Amino acid sequence: MSAFQTKKLPELKPGFETEAFSPGKILLATLKRDVKLAFRRQSDWVNPLIFFLMVASLFPLGVSPEPKLLSTIAPGVVWVAALLSTLLSMDSLFRSDFEDGSLEQILVSPQPLYFVVLGKVLSHWMMTGLPLTLMAPLLGVMLFLPFEGMGGLVLSLLIGTPTLSLVGGIGAALTVGLRKGGVLVSLLVIPLYIPVLIFGTAAIEASLTGLPVAGHLALLGAMLVLGLTLAPLAIAAALRISVSG
Amino acid sequence: MSEPLLIVKNLFCERDDRVLFDQLSFDVSAGDVVQIEGQNGSGKTTLLRILGALSRHYEGDIYWKGTSIHDDSLTYRNDLLYLGHQPGVKAVLTPEENLRWFMALHPSLDVGQIRHALTEVGLRGFEDVPCHMLSAGQNRRVGLARLYLSQALLWILDEPFTAIDKQGVAAQEALLLAHAERGGAVILTTHHELNLGQFVRRVNLDKQVGTK
Amino acid sequence: MPRWFYQLASPRWCYQITGRLLPGFAIAAVLLLMIGTVWGLAFAPPDYQQGNSFRIIYLHVPTAYMAQSIYLTMAIAGAIGLIWKMKVADMVAKSCAPIGAALAVLALATGAIWGKPTWGSWWVWDARLTSMLILLFLYLGVIALNSAIESESTAAQSTAVLALVGLVNIPIIKYSVDWWNTLHQPATFKVTEKPAMPPEMWIPLLIMVIGFYCFFAVVLMLRLRNEILRRERRTSWVRELLLQMRG
Repeated sequence: MSAFQTKKLPELKPGFETEAFSPGKILLATLKRDVKLAFRRQSDWVNPLIFFLMVASLFPLGVSPEPKLLSTIAPGVVWVAALLSTLLSMDSLFRSDFEDGSLEQILVSPQPLYFVVLGKVLSHWMMTGLPLTLMAPLLGVMLFLPFEGMGGLVLSLLIGTPTLSLVGGIGAALTVGLRKGGVLVSLLVIPLYIPVLIFGTAAIEASLTGLPVAGHLALLGAMLVLGLTLAPLAIAAALRISVSG
Repeated sequence: MSEPLLIVKNLFCERDDRVLFDQLSFDVSAGDVVQIEGQNGSGKTTLLRILGALSRHYEGDIYWKGTSIHDDSLTYRNDLLYLGHQPGVKAVLTPEENLRWFMALHPSLDVGQIRHALTEVGLRGFEDVPCHMLSAGQNRRVGLARLYLSQALLWILDEPFTAIDKQGVAAQEALLLAHAERGGAVILTTHHELNLGQFVRRVNLDKQVGTK
Repeated sequence: MPRWFYQLASPRWCYQITGRLLPGFAIAAVLLLMIGTVWGLAFAPPDYQQGNSFRIIYLHVPTAYMAQSIYLTMAIAGAIGLIWKMKVADMVAKSCAPIGAALAVLALATGAIWGKPTWGSWWVWDARLTSMLILLFLYLGVIALNSAIESESTAAQSTAVLALVGLVNIPIIKYSVDWWNTLHQPATFKVTEKPAMPPEMWIPLLIMVIGFYCFFAVVLMLRLRNEILRRERRTSWVRELLLQMRG
C-alpha cells in the first residue's frame, strides 16, 4: 500500500454523552427491539404456545377423559403447563444476545442495565406470558373448567405470568455463559415458581367455588411488585458475572 | 504531553492456572494508537475485555482520567467504544436497525448520521437487507459503522479487520488515524500488518507468558 | 472494617485458625450428640399420644433446623464474597451447599420414618415436609449451578446470586406452602405443634441442636480446609506444609 488514505471525522465534543439519560426511553427502545426480534424469529414465541397446548392435551389422554375429574384438575394443569412453557422459552432470553456480542454492547454502554433488562423481560412476557394468558380459556374448555372459573384463570395468569418471566430471567442470566443452559435453568427456577403456582391455582379454585378472588390476586400482585423491583437487579448482576466469566 | 487518559498499573491475570500477564503496565494518551500483540492464547482478548470493564478477573489497577474504571464506571462507559470479538450485529435486523439500536444505547448521538456511516463502510444500498443475507465481512462493516457515529474518546477494538478486504482495511486504518488526530485514543488487536508507521505503539504480551 | 475481617480474607490465616479450633468443636460435637442421643432415646419420657415413636424428633428437628441455618450461612457467605471479593467467603459458601443438602435429605428421611407410625404412610404433603423438600430443591439448584460453571470465581459469584435470590424467596415459599397446606388439609394432626414440652423432653432436644451446630462447624471446617489447600496448592506456604507433613 502506498500512501495513507486520509479521513475526516467530526470533532470530538468532550462530555458529549454525559447529559441525563431517560430510563423510560431506553426501556421503550429495548421493548421495541425485542418485540421486533421476536416477530422475525417466530419459532421463539410460537413454539412455547404450541407446547402449552400439547402438554395440556396430554392430561385427558394420560389421566382420564372423564369431565368431572378433568374439571377438578384443570386449574393445576393449565398453570403447570403455563409454567413449563415459560421455562421452555426462558433459555433464549439472553442467549442470542450473548452469542452475537449484543450483550457486550449493552454492558459497555452507559445505559442503566436495570431498565434494559426490564425492557427485555417485559417483551419476553408480551411474547409468551400474554399469549399464554389469552390462550388459556381454550385449554380451560378442553379440560371442562366450568365457566365461573374462567375469570380467575385469565386474571391469575395475567398477574402471575410476568412474575414467571422475571424470576425465570434470573435463571437465564445465570446460565447464559454455559453451552447447555436448558435443563439447568429449569432446576434453578422451578423451586422459585412454587408460590406463584400455589396462589395462581388457588385463585382459580376460589373463583370456581364463588369465593372472593381479590385476595389471591392481591398476593400475586405483591409478588409481581417484588419481582419487578428486585429481579432486574439480580438479572443485571448475573449478566455481568456471566459475561465476565 | 498532558496527563495520560488511561493508566494500566501492575495488571495480573491468570486463566485456568496459567498466568497470562503479570506486572503489565502501560498508559494511553490522547492521540495514541496502541496495538496489543501476542500469539494465539496470549491473552489479547482477555486484556481487551478487562480494559472494556467487561471482565473483572484480574488484579491491579486501571485508571481512566485519574479514577478507577470501576469506581466511576459511568464516566468511563461514556467515553468508551468497545467492539468485541463478536460484532454485536443482530442477524435478523437490517444494518440500519442495528445501528438504530446502537443509537438507542447512546441517545445523544445523531440518528441522522446512520446513512452516512453506512455509506462510509461501503454498505450503501444494503441498508434494508437483513444482516443474515450479508457476508461475514459486510456484517463486520455494520459493526465498524459505529466508529463513524461514535463520539467516544477511547476505542477498544478486538480484531476489527477480520474478514474485511484490502481496501476496507486501508479505509479503517485511515479512520483510526483520523480518530487519533482529533484527540482520541485507540487500543486494538489485529493480525493484519498495520500500515500506520510510527503512529502505532505496541504492547507485546508474549514476554508475559509464564512469568511468575 | 476491623482487622480480623481482613485476616479472615487470608486463606493461610484461615487454615491455621480452623486447625486450632477444629479439635475443640469435634470433641464438643461428639459429647453433645452422645449425651443428647442417649438422653433422648433412653431417658426422656414417652409422648402421651405417640409413645416412643416421637423420639425421632431428636434427629428430625435438629436436622431440619440445620438445613435452614446452613442455607442462611451459605447465602451470607456468598454475599460477603460478592461484595468484598473475599475468596475465603466463596469457599465457605461452596462448602456449605453439600452439607446443607445432606441434612435436608436427613430431615426428609427422618420425617418420612416418623410419618409411618403417625400418619400411616411414608409421605404426607405436610407443610413442613413440603417446605423442606423445596429447600432441598434450592440446594440442588445451587450445587448444579456451581458444578456447571468451570471458572471458579464465576461459579462462586453466580452461586451467591442464586443463593441470595433463594433467601429472599424462602419466606415467601414457606408462607405460601403453609397457606396451601391449610387449604388442602384442614384438620390434620400436627405433630410439631405440641403442647408445651416438659423439660425432660426439650433439654435433650436443645443439646442435640447445639451438638448438630458443632457437628456442622466441624464438617464445614474440614471441607473449607480441603478447599483452601486445593485452591492454594501452588502457593509456597501450602508446599511447605505438604513437605512438613511428609517429612
